[in-house]
Amino acid sequence: MTYAFPNSDGALINFKSRYENFIGGEWVKPVKGNYFENITPVLGKPFCEVARSTSEDIELALDAAHKAKKGWAMTSVGDRAAILNKIADRLEENLEMLAVAETWDNGKAVRETLAADLPLTVDHFRYFASCIRSQEGTLAELDANTVAYHIHEPLGVVGQIIPWNFPLLMAAWKVAPALAAGNCVIIKPAEQTPTSILVALELFADLLPAGVLNVVNGFGIEAGKPLASSDRIAKIAFTGETSTGRLIMQYASENIIPVTLELGGKSPNVFFDDVLAQDDSFRSKVLEGFAMFALNQGEVCTCPSRALVQKNIYDEFMDLATERVKQTFPGNPLDPTTRMGAQASNDQLEKILSYFEIGKSEGAKVRLGGKRAQMEGALAEGYYVEPTIFEGNNAMRVFQEEIFGPVVSVCSFDDYEDAIKISNDTLYGLGAGVWTRDMHRAYKAGREIEAGRVWTNCYHLYPAHAAFGGYKQSGIGRETHKMMLDHYQQTKNLLVSYDQEPMGFF
Amino acid sequence: MDKANVQRVDITEAARELVRELTEEHGPLVFHQSGGCCDGSAPMCYQVGDFRIGQRDVFLGEVEGCEFYIGGRQFEAWKHTHLTLDVVKGRGAGFSLEAPRGVRFLTRSRVFTAEEIEQLEEPRRGPAE
Repeated sequence: MTYAFPNSDGALINFKSRYENFIGGEWVKPVKGNYFENITPVLGKPFCEVARSTSEDIELALDAAHKAKKGWAMTSVGDRAAILNKIADRLEENLEMLAVAETWDNGKAVRETLAADLPLTVDHFRYFASCIRSQEGTLAELDANTVAYHIHEPLGVVGQIIPWNFPLLMAAWKVAPALAAGNCVIIKPAEQTPTSILVALELFADLLPAGVLNVVNGFGIEAGKPLASSDRIAKIAFTGETSTGRLIMQYASENIIPVTLELGGKSPNVFFDDVLAQDDSFRSKVLEGFAMFALNQGEVCTCPSRALVQKNIYDEFMDLATERVKQTFPGNPLDPTTRMGAQASNDQLEKILSYFEIGKSEGAKVRLGGKRAQMEGALAEGYYVEPTIFEGNNAMRVFQEEIFGPVVSVCSFDDYEDAIKISNDTLYGLGAGVWTRDMHRAYKAGREIEAGRVWTNCYHLYPAHAAFGGYKQSGIGRETHKMMLDHYQQTKNLLVSYDQEPMGFF
Repeated sequence: MDKANVQRVDITEAARELVRELTEEHGPLVFHQSGGCCDGSAPMCYQVGDFRIGQRDVFLGEVEGCEFYIGGRQFEAWKHTHLTLDVVKGRGAGFSLEAPRGVRFLTRSRVFTAEEIEQLEEPRRGPAE
């Protein structure tokens, strides 16, 4: 059954006409009184207004967070974990409504928000509740009377800038570990997708003490910059692209604070020649692994957007793979059978279309797609793109830059060494895929590919408790794992002497 | 073809107009070509002095009086293409100055001809002296 459009008869969610900031436990109007229209990519039309905040609003949020800082840091880990678990419960109880809200804000298919975005968001809060509850410091017995205690302490007030491709899930990736570790948080959501997080917050705002979690919406230059450059944050986390990543590091260097950055990739998906050796369910899984570039319309930092296929199976593999991709086509994102929704914004659409021109201009062959998907009726002005397969070589721009659309660039390789060489011939190193029936080759390839995560005989799984982060220009830090707590904690060393005798220096 | 005539970066009339408006509002501007995810591949427009041009950045040219840079390693992957700064409707993330106007700069590209590549000069690296 297709979900009704929000704010129509039978809708699971009726958005408010206007959303304020969430600061100090209250819904607060932006100081300058300005708002911007939020557009749903499903229709290409505005559906609500959101606060267009400025440095004044960021300062209010910083005031609130600093006021809450001591109390939250002193809240026992048991109580903090209990609150995170309750947040997870509230989100889970409203999972279907939130999935529809997320689809409307971002454009992605509800099939994915129901099956992935929301369940993973819920689980993330539970995971970090368990991490903080079970975390222990260490002690070292230096001699019979001297002990070094290592105790985890929160950083204090942290800033987080969230991307638009998985608005709720990316917020959960950052918020859950930060809150678990005892920090107070100021979030600046992406201006393309500012609303779903506020809908979620309405459900669980009462669970957190005032000021512990603050959400300030607005444009990067007007609200993101004052947050990232503030000398009242102890850490800044950002997911996005490299120029802004550099700017964030630059601001952080002015205040000598740590950063975590996730800046994308150009992930190779490598298919060795034994994958077709048998006509079995694994062969079907492999072809699914190829088609995964269309997941979330390709708007994933780890989109498997470079497929490397061994030369001796290339023709047969590409025939099968192309047939598999043809089963995927954009449709109404609120229809649970639709596999691909809309791109998140008009400029994103334009950028993808511009890459079709670049690819053709470089001599890449369009095997499938290569154009905007023209939808009918209400969806006619939404931002839809056909899943696209380019064939070419790794020096082409479509092989070197993350297009962030449903576009895969395919090339062949001769042998194992060639596969590794092409895989690593990129500025980035976030994700990669390796497909083979030979476990020795799988392990060797996985270790030699310079990427933070190598999916082996699978792809696009994002479970909590498996570390996610980049090599090379893909960023700094590891999310979705308990090691993320380290990025939100200080180490306090108490060096204690139990010796009653003088030390004997003076 | 004269060497001086082969430029690495150009600008459309619509983008030129937007640069003029933004310069009026913010003062002198600089462009940095981004890479990576989300708004990667989008050109970022900053006030001169806000974004620190690095020693490895490559100076591609000037558009409407603004310097246009790209990261050194990214240049290696892009150097066979001519870039044109354009503008489209939309809403980019990042700290680029035009976003609040509901428009977004966009880099369009075409491959240089063999003749052009011969004429191209080695670009300067790092900020202007």
